[in-house]
Amino acid sequence: MPRARPGTSVPSVSSDPRARVSITINGELVEREVSIRMLLSDFLRHELRLTGTHVGCEHGVCGACTVLIDGKAGRSCLTLAVQASGHEVRTIESLAAEDGTLHPIQAAFQDCHALQCGYCTPGMIMNIVGMFESGEPLDLSDEGIRLALSGNLCRCTGYQNIVAAVRKAAESLPAG
Amino acid sequence: MKPALFEYSAPQTVAEAIALLAADPGAMVLAGGQSLVPAMNLRLASPSRLVDIQHIPGLSGISVAGGEIIVRALTTHRELELSGEAHRANPVIREAMAHVAHIPIRNRGTVVGSLCHADAAAEMPMVLVLTGGSVVAEGPQGTRTIGAEDFFQFHMTTSRESHELVVEARFPVLPAGAGAAFDEFTRRHGDYAIAAVGAIVRLGRDGAADKVAVATCGVGSRPMRLPAVEARLIGTRLAAEDLAAAGEIAKDAVTAPDDINATTSYRQRVVATLVRRVVEKAAHRAGQGR
Repeated sequence: MPRARPGTSVPSVSSDPRARVSITINGELVEREVSIRMLLSDFLRHELRLTGTHVGCEHGVCGACTVLIDGKAGRSCLTLAVQASGHEVRTIESLAAEDGTLHPIQAAFQDCHALQCGYCTPGMIMNIVGMFESGEPLDLSDEGIRLALSGNLCRCTGYQNIVAAVRKAAESLPAG
Repeated sequence: MKPALFEYSAPQTVAEAIALLAADPGAMVLAGGQSLVPAMNLRLASPSRLVDIQHIPGLSGISVAGGEIIVRALTTHRELELSGEAHRANPVIREAMAHVAHIPIRNRGTVVGSLCHADAAAEMPMVLVLTGGSVVAEGPQGTRTIGAEDFFQFHMTTSRESHELVVEARFPVLPAGAGAAFDEFTRRHGDYAIAAVGAIVRLGRDGAADKVAVATCGVGSRPMRLPAVEARLIGTRLAAEDLAAAGEIAKDAVTAPDDINATTSYRQRVVATLVRRVVEKAAHRAGQGR
């Protein structure tokens, strides 16, 4: 079975109907003409090369592609790029400071060894950022954290350390 | 790029949306996209055109008026879940909503979209049936109100015409003195229900139930009330033997074929247990409210 050679260019825009989108991505207004059937996840990864957003199941189950859309966690694989036009999107790339200083949630994941392969991590962290920034009261019991993470699947860790990292991050962040 | 080819329109008015739907029977309405986009990604759905209604003013928001919670078409699950006004008017909505997928899905998915998608195991369609609610559909010939029992026809099939746009759903408020409860059984939190049951119970002065509504989903081709179960319970004091007998009757409602999660006999036992527990909880809450 022949495989695609590394470096083979794969067109990210086919000849099907297109639309112009303008989306604020990580604080920067991005304008592109894209296929109307392009998913936001593909737009981020293929058009903008923001490959921190991972793609797992592409039907909303695994949570790997979770980003913030207008400040709320949402699946980028269940959102068309055209739907996101006029909206604000934040990805995992927005979290660490320019000098590489980690966001408190990223630091807590590192400290607690809350990742192994790391594939689910960007979606996990963006979901938690959305939760922390929502201003809604947080339930930091094991059960409450597991409920909050129930839309993000991890196949490596068994979740123990992720739960610990969320609690540690919550304690390190100012209340509210 | 998973979905098949389609055209895309983003109308600014309801009239424009209806005209687009009327012009193309293969067109589908896009609101939150949390059911439609996965179906398109899997190519289970291949609409010829998506009519994205997100830019239409006036289709957002929740209000309580005339004994009903009015949920406009662009209202997300999460907005309805967090609405204090809706919760005070009918607490069963928030209780059921906790079982609808996960917060990131509820952040984007709309209540009316879920009703129109009409998955036979979905929670919100069942809550609309349980409460005796309705939807309001606008089409080229005008507006009509469709009761929940008439709206849900079959798994993923409603009585909405292809040229109609459902602009709102109406959930009746909980009757004074009544208690309500909802519970479901799934393998993992957030999955579609293997079986779910909701109940609304009101107790008379003598402690006997004078009003009972019981509904289920996940066990048949659509969400449904269980009239035989209700008839068995009305007028009783909801003693253990009444609840057990009602649970046995509920088994008759299971028509879903065996699937990867459950056999028919397993589903029957789940629904019987849920009927017992949920009716008891609703009755307890009705008693507390007095």
